Amino acid sequence: MSTRRNFIRISAIGAGSAVVAWPVVKTFARELVESENFVFEGMRRTPTYCEICFWKCAGWVYKNDKGEVWKLTGNDEDLHCNGRFCPRGTGGVGMYNDGDRLKTPLIRVTQDGKQTFREASWEEAFDYIAKKLTKIVQTSGPESVALFSHGSGGKYFGTILKALGSNTNAAPSYAQCKGPREAAFLATFGEVVESPERTDIRDTKCLVLIGSHIGENMHNGQVQEMSDAIDKGATIITVDPRFSTAASKSKYWLPIKPSTDIALLMAWISVILEENLYDRDYVEKYTTGLDKLKEHVKAMTPEWAYGITTIHPQVIRETAREMANASPAVIVHPGRHVTWYGDDVQRLRAVAILNALLGSWGRRGGFYRPENISVPEFPHPEYPKVTKGWRDILGDLYPLADQPVANAVVDFTIPDPSRNFSYKAWIVNGTNLIETMPNQANTLKAIENLELMVVVDTMPMEITGYADVVLPECTYIERYDEIRVSYHRKPQIALRMPAVKPKYNSKPAWWMAKGIAEKMGLGQFFPWKDIEEMLDWQLKQLGTSLAEMQKIGVKTFERTADDLYFQPGEEVEFTTTSGKIELYSTDLEAYGYAPMPVYTPHEEPPAGFYRLIYGRAPMHTFSRTSNNPNLTDLMDENTVWINPKVAKEWGIVNDQYIHLQNQDGKKSEFPVKARITERIRWDSIYMVHGFGHDQKKLTRAFGRGASDTNLITKVLVDPSMGGTGMRGNFVTFITDLKEVKS
Amino acid sequence: MRYAMAIDTKKCVGCSDCVVACQTENNVPIGYCRDWVVEVTDGTYPQLEIEIRSERCNHCENAPCVRCCPTGASHYADGGIVLVTHNKCIGCGACISSCPYDARYSHPDGYVDKCTFCIHRVEKGLSPACVATCPTKCMYFGDLDDPKSPVSVVLKNRKYKTLIPEAGTKPQLYFLI
Repeated sequence: MSTRRNFIRISAIGAGSAVVAWPVVKTFARELVESENFVFEGMRRTPTYCEICFWKCAGWVYKNDKGEVWKLTGNDEDLHCNGRFCPRGTGGVGMYNDGDRLKTPLIRVTQDGKQTFREASWEEAFDYIAKKLTKIVQTSGPESVALFSHGSGGKYFGTILKALGSNTNAAPSYAQCKGPREAAFLATFGEVVESPERTDIRDTKCLVLIGSHIGENMHNGQVQEMSDAIDKGATIITVDPRFSTAASKSKYWLPIKPSTDIALLMAWISVILEENLYDRDYVEKYTTGLDKLKEHVKAMTPEWAYGITTIHPQVIRETAREMANASPAVIVHPGRHVTWYGDDVQRLRAVAILNALLGSWGRRGGFYRPENISVPEFPHPEYPKVTKGWRDILGDLYPLADQPVANAVVDFTIPDPSRNFSYKAWIVNGTNLIETMPNQANTLKAIENLELMVVVDTMPMEITGYADVVLPECTYIERYDEIRVSYHRKPQIALRMPAVKPKYNSKPAWWMAKGIAEKMGLGQFFPWKDIEEMLDWQLKQLGTSLAEMQKIGVKTFERTADDLYFQPGEEVEFTTTSGKIELYSTDLEAYGYAPMPVYTPHEEPPAGFYRLIYGRAPMHTFSRTSNNPNLTDLMDENTVWINPKVAKEWGIVNDQYIHLQNQDGKKSEFPVKARITERIRWDSIYMVHGFGHDQKKLTRAFGRGASDTNLITKVLVDPSMGGTGMRGNFVTFITDLKEVKS
Repeated sequence: MRYAMAIDTKKCVGCSDCVVACQTENNVPIGYCRDWVVEVTDGTYPQLEIEIRSERCNHCENAPCVRCCPTGASHYADGGIVLVTHNKCIGCGACISSCPYDARYSHPDGYVDKCTFCIHRVEKGLSPACVATCPTKCMYFGDLDDPKSPVSVVLKNRKYKTLIPEAGTKPQLYFLI
């Protein structure tokens, strides 16, 4: 283990050392920026938008008579939630109340030969960061600074990056999540699916879910609309090796053999073409490549797919006809977390093609045309030109990626003699990279090579233990952030404002970024006194104001661009290379990838091993909520789902704690409870992501359950856009717990 | 007036939002709950079924908890709602053992607590917190004596069941199946 950067379990601070322990030195950094004027005092209800997940539902923070945070509810006008928060949004109070929160800035020091954190004032922390960052930029260039962000605060650290001249603003939500989907839809329709997804579920007659577990993934608007669709009698078809909640609401459950989805999709395409079930007018008018596609899928019959997928040909035909019957009010859902097997762009291309044949893109009950409103930037000096951007750094690698690839940033942080470049500094905002990025050993190796890592978070997540500086962000309940802009059926904006003063010595990200920028002589890029001045200016450009938004929370605008759906006979110019929907992708062909999807067999589990599949629980958002007192009250550990036949073979009983070990010998750090259930295939096991924390300071989450990320050592990278396929790992069971303890 | 609630098991996804919303609305301490979610799986792979139910006090018409309460703390209120007057409750727990639905718990402050159908909200014309927040809109609340109330309408149009009807408690929580 490197001596330069040892993992610091934050809880260890102060125990027997001279370093100050938790309840904190009161160094309020008002000397830097006098910012908050607490307009919320006296307000019983203040607007916010949720930060527990990326759906960003707008709602209200209610306070009790004592002015304490009481409850959170949805805003009726909000298109993301329609007045109804999900359990995590409702449980957002727990994020604010969590006593384990980061409380004051921390700086890594070596004391008596041991690395630890010392508590610091904001001024000290900013000085430290500014000095180091300035030096790194001077010696290695601004391009050596990268930002990882999964949260609203990333906006302001992104401004620092822009002010320096770097554009490596990497969101793991791309290459670890929805990237392949966006790349595939971009190649096919010239547009991405967006977030919230443009799926018109409420009006659909047929919803096809492929591994997408709506209801367990609590993407609020979609869950609501799926419920509406059930009410209206829509047919749901769910493809999943696991009997998911959505599968239980479905007319058809196709318990597919994992990793064979492309074969099923191609067989569906072949049935639809063979039986002339496609939307002829639409396909003729809007698409290109039909003849090539027909030729391509000729041999990909349901009988061919049966041997691969284990789904009966009759079921494949029947479900294809169901989709065609509903056309164009049908959605073959593109999913969201789609980085599975490394050929994910191809799988999502098959999904896109199927939707195109069914004529669902741009149609009621299929995919609507979303619209947003653009919020003007507060006037600022021009940013320096990016002379070496992330794309230049990647070169020919991952040509379809149109956003920085987080795993490539990790890879390119590890020095390599074949490369004349490596990243030197990371700013990490609101993403626990240790649990987010597969192949933890690689992530740790990269971190060891950094000259500076600044972590901004509300909680002492694992990643904070590797930081040089930890900056405690206050929760969304205690801060302003940028205006939420929705890309939805109508353009809409939402305001987040503080309901109460920040607890402890925590601060909003905008305040930190501005403070650091000022120390670095970049203050001109934050040309406002405080965020209220900036927000008010922006809101006034949109015909409203901060004062009005503080009362209403969300504001909806009328559409101006076009209709929600394609009009009959409408000429549509698609922003693809050909200007048409590309069944045959000229872009993919140009880059040397298959222009039409091809099924490639994937590695199968060896005897005694089972494919590791992971997913979501409705009451948790990855590891972000795993210590939230309200939400751990609902679920405080994950379980490993095992088919009864498999359990019997291993002698594992329900609720027994066991260890998992993967194909590379990696063992789960903590024992995990077995859930023996018929709801999972015998060749796979399933667990909810986000558990198995080894950071002791997370008192409720520490040691509870197992971390799937820990067991994902094999990563199947999609060569076209860099997505990290994480479903290619196999685990076996260790039933004697003593075997692991040694 | 007869308040009742219907829960659509076909729409409920078991997310437990109802549980958190109740906890925050009613200041139920962490570790306790007035409502909860039950998930029942039937069958063998791949012929499977799941029933998901959001459960709470059934506000029974013939409530064993009211009958066995020694102080009269447990009582019927307007609309047939079963309530506990906290300052009359001695925390003896007789009601807890008498409830076939296990709907009551001992509050750390020394009294017995349970679902009130959020009567403080209903009186203001609002829905109970669980109903108001449910993302799937799978819960219907209202007055059974009013044929136009959401609960009356849905019970007229759908098949439903109650839990443990053989206990003879005449429960007022209906599950749409």
